[in-house]
Amino acid sequence: MSVGKTWVFTEVTDGKPAPVALELLTKARSLGGTVEAVAFGSTAAAAAAEVGAFGAQTLHTGTDSAYDEVLLGGPAADALAALVAEHHPDLILFGATYTGRDVAGRLAARLGVPVVANGLDVSANGGIDVASSIFGATVDVTTRFDQGPPALALIRAKSFAAEASGGGPANVVPNEHPVAQKHLTARVTGRVTEAAAGPKLEEAPVVISGGRGLGDPKNFELLDQLAQAIGGAAVGASRAVVDAGWVPYAMQVGQTGKTVKPAVYLAFGISGAMQHTVGMKGAKAIVAVNKDENAPIFKLADLGVVGDALRILPRLIEEIRSRKG
Amino acid sequence: MKVVVCVKQIPDPNTPGQLDPSTHYLKRDGVEVVLDPGDEFGVEAGLQLVEKHGGEVTVVSMGPERGLDAVRKALAMGAHKGVLITDDQLRGSDALTTARVLAAAIGREGFDVVIAATESTDGYTGVVPQAIAELLDVPAVTFATSLEYDGSLLHVRRQTEAGHDLVEAPLPAVVSVTAGVNEPRYPSLKGIMGAKTKPMDRFNLVDLGLEGAGAASAGETIVAVAAAPQRAAGEIVKDEGDAAKRIADFLAAKKVI
Repeated sequence: MSVGKTWVFTEVTDGKPAPVALELLTKARSLGGTVEAVAFGSTAAAAAAEVGAFGAQTLHTGTDSAYDEVLLGGPAADALAALVAEHHPDLILFGATYTGRDVAGRLAARLGVPVVANGLDVSANGGIDVASSIFGATVDVTTRFDQGPPALALIRAKSFAAEASGGGPANVVPNEHPVAQKHLTARVTGRVTEAAAGPKLEEAPVVISGGRGLGDPKNFELLDQLAQAIGGAAVGASRAVVDAGWVPYAMQVGQTGKTVKPAVYLAFGISGAMQHTVGMKGAKAIVAVNKDENAPIFKLADLGVVGDALRILPRLIEEIRSRKG
Repeated sequence: MKVVVCVKQIPDPNTPGQLDPSTHYLKRDGVEVVLDPGDEFGVEAGLQLVEKHGGEVTVVSMGPERGLDAVRKALAMGAHKGVLITDDQLRGSDALTTARVLAAAIGREGFDVVIAATESTDGYTGVVPQAIAELLDVPAVTFATSLEYDGSLLHVRRQTEAGHDLVEAPLPAVVSVTAGVNEPRYPSLKGIMGAKTKPMDRFNLVDLGLEGAGAASAGETIVAVAAAPQRAAGEIVKDEGDAAKRIADFLAAKKVI
């Protein structure tokens, strides 16, 4: 069975679609049927070539420049509800991003249809099924939509590899309805990028993360040094140290942070709470260093070292530097 | 200012949860339950608002009778009033049903600000606050890492993938707060004693005019449950002074150095 029409909610920043949208378009193609993208904001139409190259035949855009200055949840749900009534998609896929959750949550309430969150896969087998993983990824569940259309699913980033289809630019269908007055009251007055130095967490082949076991925020410098010694490595963190204010949110790996799937993931002083492991268990290989031999992180580790990260890190940096000459 | 904080009682997050194999509902029997640690930040945020601007904090929770303990803990922290919605029909409710029930109870209370954690620690769908906002027809200012009110506008730092947004919004509004937005206070002994005498309303679905809102009307069904595939057991070693070399060997074998 195929899905007749799948839409992908696409966040566009300065004309660039979010990477997760391209992943979802790739998946949407495999479901058969029509694949279309929906985007809001003054630069939404500029994403037509890229979403087209990943399989969207049509790009529905909300063109009011007010979309750029408000939180998208309310106005995008309004506009999507109207578009759904007109075009009848069977399935709408959202990346499980902050804004994706805002829009999907409001749209579900608006339409009175269910939304399934934290999806890792979506399939059509006589119904639309979403696979997800709960309880710290110890249990896999499959959820089937009994209501809708549309079925609404929030899918975690990196669940699928983005692959271009070779398609031409999507046909842009602009929707010029202005954002309703009531949505203009909650305003975004500034957007701040907390640029982490070095390669992006989601893209780096090696990710080195630190947790409470590092003892002090300044010890994150050791992780930076190790990342430099290895070369091309990114530095991440557990939620505990992000919540404690040691490092910015942009570095958080886990359920509420980023999902990473590097060739090697190194965890220093991280116990392995479910919240964290959800974001890193897809790594091809995992190295964990922790003082507590009962730390749950060791259940995931290909190489686990029971020891003091602060003693091991300087020697590891030295060892790698000397091997690299 | 009238603040409503949504809270949830959940299985202790330090013990992995389980689904009942026949009903696919969360197993609640024999499991230690606690106030969702994420909700303590919401309660604290509400208390800070009324301490500065006057008013009261009402705590609203949906769940089985034992959910009373979660509400009591919030009352012990300093919240003024509790509301618990309990109904057998609510077993197996999905996010949308939860939002409908909470929104109905909140609408009945009246509010200037509704505060919730960004997501529960057990189910973590992360869409309930937004759905509540839609049902109440107010803005949802979500994923707040800081929250201030200047007497006319809320000022929120909202977490984003790239960093944060600065957002301002008038009341009424729904705000979802991340862990780390504040330092939740511990209930004092006086607070714990006082919690028992604070007002507590109990509603079922009939009271809220929401008959048939539970699993029977949830628009989704869990059709399969399986233990996730385990990673193959790795090698666990004690550091005998050779850990750096072992890790470097491992990295070399994986061809990343």
